[in-house]
Amino acid sequence: MHTLTLAQQVRALAEKQFSSEELVKHYVQRIETYDEKLNSFITFTPERALEQAKQADSRAGDVGLLNGVPIALKDIFCTDGVKTSCASKMLDNFIAPYDATVVTKLNQAGAISLGKTNMDEFAMGSSSESSYYGAVKNPWDTERVPGGSSGGSASALAARLTSASMGTDTGGSIRQPAALCGITGLKPTYGRVSRYGMIAYASSLDQGGPFGITAEDCAYMLQAIAGHDYLDSTSVDRPVPDYIAGLSEPVKGMCIGLPEEFFQQGLDADIAAKIEQACEVLKSLGCEIKSISLPNAKLAIAAYYVLAPAECSSNLSRFDGVRFGYRCENPTGLEDMYCRSRSEGFGDEVKRRIMIGAYALSAGYYDAYYLKAQKIRRLISEDYKAAFSEVDAVLSPTSPTTAFKVNEKSDDPITMYLSDIYTIGVNLAGLPGISLPVGFLQGLPVGMQLVSNYFEEQTLLNLGHQYQKQTDHHLQIPSEFE
Amino acid sequence: MALSTEDIRNIAKLAKLQINADELEQYKQDLSRILEFVEQMNQADVDNIEPMAHPQDMMQSLRVDEVIESDQREKFQHIAPATQDGLYLVPKVIE
Repeated sequence: MHTLTLAQQVRALAEKQFSSEELVKHYVQRIETYDEKLNSFITFTPERALEQAKQADSRAGDVGLLNGVPIALKDIFCTDGVKTSCASKMLDNFIAPYDATVVTKLNQAGAISLGKTNMDEFAMGSSSESSYYGAVKNPWDTERVPGGSSGGSASALAARLTSASMGTDTGGSIRQPAALCGITGLKPTYGRVSRYGMIAYASSLDQGGPFGITAEDCAYMLQAIAGHDYLDSTSVDRPVPDYIAGLSEPVKGMCIGLPEEFFQQGLDADIAAKIEQACEVLKSLGCEIKSISLPNAKLAIAAYYVLAPAECSSNLSRFDGVRFGYRCENPTGLEDMYCRSRSEGFGDEVKRRIMIGAYALSAGYYDAYYLKAQKIRRLISEDYKAAFSEVDAVLSPTSPTTAFKVNEKSDDPITMYLSDIYTIGVNLAGLPGISLPVGFLQGLPVGMQLVSNYFEEQTLLNLGHQYQKQTDHHLQIPSEFE
Repeated sequence: MALSTEDIRNIAKLAKLQINADELEQYKQDLSRILEFVEQMNQADVDNIEPMAHPQDMMQSLRVDEVIESDQREKFQHIAPATQDGLYLVPKVIE
């Protein structure tokens, strides 16, 4: 059953080829057998899942889009009555008192949550090593990282321990792990999916989105979670298209741009060759490929590492040991309680980013850092706007490397930051992006990123679906987990 | 931009973090390197560029002014480190 895609499982459940209870039991057993090697789950909820599966089986008639299929949620989505830790000691004791809107919508669609997946602490990282619960491993080589920050959701899906999963993407945290784990990952347009109940890192950049085996699976997931939410005033009130119907549209005549800045020095020749092969497939489908320019793209990481820490220093000020989360032992006074609760509760990378943010926003430095970064954000966004006046999608590698070894980059923050060179500008602009598997190098997956204009997710899903009809990279399963 | 140990102490104070003496040097190095890295921004000419705070230039949306939430104080206080009589407890502030 686990070799089927989510869309195939939806159809098989409707035809009663198997029950949701059988399907969920199968995945529960797989998690019990295999997750020891991956550490992809923080909280595994098999009883709850089996209970929901029975309910799904008992529904008749007009059931939800995802009725009876198992999914996994990054441990950043608040889930009523379930521990929601954000992979931090700070929230190790936090049982969320409400559901994130994404969780409510997935429940309404009939999806079944197997549990909460591991990640970089507070979604700050590109390797899923900074978790309070230990590093996540990549199923293609368990000595390597799955990427991050949504590494648990990507690793679990690549090993077929779930049918689909949810991640969040602030600088590449869905697309980069999707690439490193050989699956499909979609970051929707900022505002397409509600952020209510999604623990905030950098609020003007954060966006939740799905991982699927296929672009079609991502379309099913997006269909269920997209839409305006009165609980998130930054979610956008515009109609949700029929993403599933849009998959089969012909892509003939679409124009795809290759930013010349991303194909210059620094790009690994083997990765470039894989991307070139993928371009040939798109050409064979009738797409036109042309060179474009994103002249300010090289400044995206620098601007991001001012803006994201600035927003994080503000967002994470809520963790004060008063209303929820960790409080230090025997505080001597209020100030001592704040400072020690935060210092003992947060890990190193989180503290670094809070401090960078506090500095960038402090009196005398605001113009030199924060304001300048916001202006560069405008330049990057304008670059994309110009690109979309001549192309339908922008294509690049998702990540400059395949999966790296555990501990290889964890001592050096800057080297780690550079993993997101191709993905970060997309968050600054607020655009949608998808990562699709395009092959393997030394047994490790390579991903290709496509970016489209605001609210044009269907273009990405359509291109992805048509590409995947011609290829089978996305259907490969790591041999240890077959 | 190279930060001093004193800078680190000040930033930690702003961020309500306690950095121990033996960690100061590491933070000084790490944060200085990050600031040095972001100085790449100086390559760009940003005169007359409007700062962009948000991906969509949109207005704050308003909803109808009606009660949609119910009081859930007990549920929310259940997860607090310390409460008494419906109030959150913190160490004594006023002597």
